Amino acid sequence: MNIASKYLSRIALLIILMSSFQGFSISRDREEQHPAGKGGQVDTKEEISDYIAHHLKESHDFHLYSYTNDVGDRKHIGFSLPVILWSSNGLVTFMSSEFHHDDAGHTIVERNGSKFTKLHSKIYELDEAATTVNLDEEHHPTNAHKVLDFSITKSVFGILLTGLLMFLGFNSLAKGYKKGAIPTGFGRLLEPLVIYVRDEIARPNIGEKKYRKFMPYLLTVFFFIWILNLLGLTPFGFNVTGQITITVCLALFTLVVYVSNGSKDFWAHTLWMPGVPKLLRPILAVLELVGFLLIKPFSLLVRLFANITAGHSVVMGIAALMILLKAKFGTAGATGISFLLTLFLMVIELLVAYLQAFIFTMLSALFIGMAVEEHEHH
Amino acid sequence: MYNLIGAGLIVIGGGVGLGQIGGKAMESIARQPEAAGKIQTAMIIIGALLEGLAFGALLLGK
Repeated sequence: MNIASKYLSRIALLIILMSSFQGFSISRDREEQHPAGKGGQVDTKEEISDYIAHHLKESHDFHLYSYTNDVGDRKHIGFSLPVILWSSNGLVTFMSSEFHHDDAGHTIVERNGSKFTKLHSKIYELDEAATTVNLDEEHHPTNAHKVLDFSITKSVFGILLTGLLMFLGFNSLAKGYKKGAIPTGFGRLLEPLVIYVRDEIARPNIGEKKYRKFMPYLLTVFFFIWILNLLGLTPFGFNVTGQITITVCLALFTLVVYVSNGSKDFWAHTLWMPGVPKLLRPILAVLELVGFLLIKPFSLLVRLFANITAGHSVVMGIAALMILLKAKFGTAGATGISFLLTLFLMVIELLVAYLQAFIFTMLSALFIGMAVEEHEHH
Repeated sequence: MYNLIGAGLIVIGGGVGLGQIGGKAMESIARQPEAAGKIQTAMIIIGALLEGLAFGALLLGK
């Protein structure tokens, strides 16, 4: 009975997931009006680099693939996500499928007397009288303005999913310890990782006395970054840790943690270095402050952002070889070459996903360790 | 054009640095295999610091 209900709930979950799977279609005459946008089909070098740039950006829906059906309509298959906006007429919510995967400002959605359109992954509200979007030479709209966008975008969805996965995983690990010293089920996979973070990252860098206090932060950061990096390798195309806003926030958290936990010795050494000629001390203080408040968080955030962005664009570029080599090697040959190279890169990306999570946690621990260290006075 | 030359210079510099770090780390591991774990950790940290520097420069040049 118990097993049956378990399977039933799983099947129900699958059905719910499948039902949100839907197509956005763009009709044929619309295509003819805008021959430039071939509805997501990618052929030339420029289109490939556009496509990669588009993937690296934030998106309001999941786009898996597109095809042209018998009638000649372009179909886009993916998931839509909720759009939540604070416009000039108050709170507005609708599903992103209303935009029909349009990103060039052609589709206009009307809600609460306001008109919205999506342009380059950003949602704009049209001015009162406007019915279509006018663009200037740099592709900025002239008769529309940005709105406060609280949408559950692809990245937000990724973060929520990671939070849920972490909660379920660590909850089961914590519950396992109530039954006995050895965790069961999924917790058995997580325990060595937790112990690894404790023994290899926290203890040597922060010190035996104080490491316990920072374990929750380090573990959260480690698993958050790692799971998000791994999600980025799935075909859903998450690129959360490759968004600079996310890495800025993570680096700010580390900054707040080590600045707020700085010991008396640390501040004394930063602001008024003992054992150095008095004239040099203010200069050293400025250098130390710039290093601690600016350069260290900056290097943390840039490293994660650039690694993930570079990894994603290289993988997508190699995958696009399939299209570029088609003329030379035929469809099967080009696909084979691109498949093998992409496979190779994906294996490296698996390593990078772990390494970046490790490095971020490691350096956070190192900086925290520098800040909380107490010197012995002789 | 110039930023591409700059990117090339950054990669040369970063490559030389990473080569030094990796080479020296391997030498030390060969000399003292029992300290391999500690050397590896230190190597990764220095490599990460170098990487941050190189990526920062690449980003500024973009």
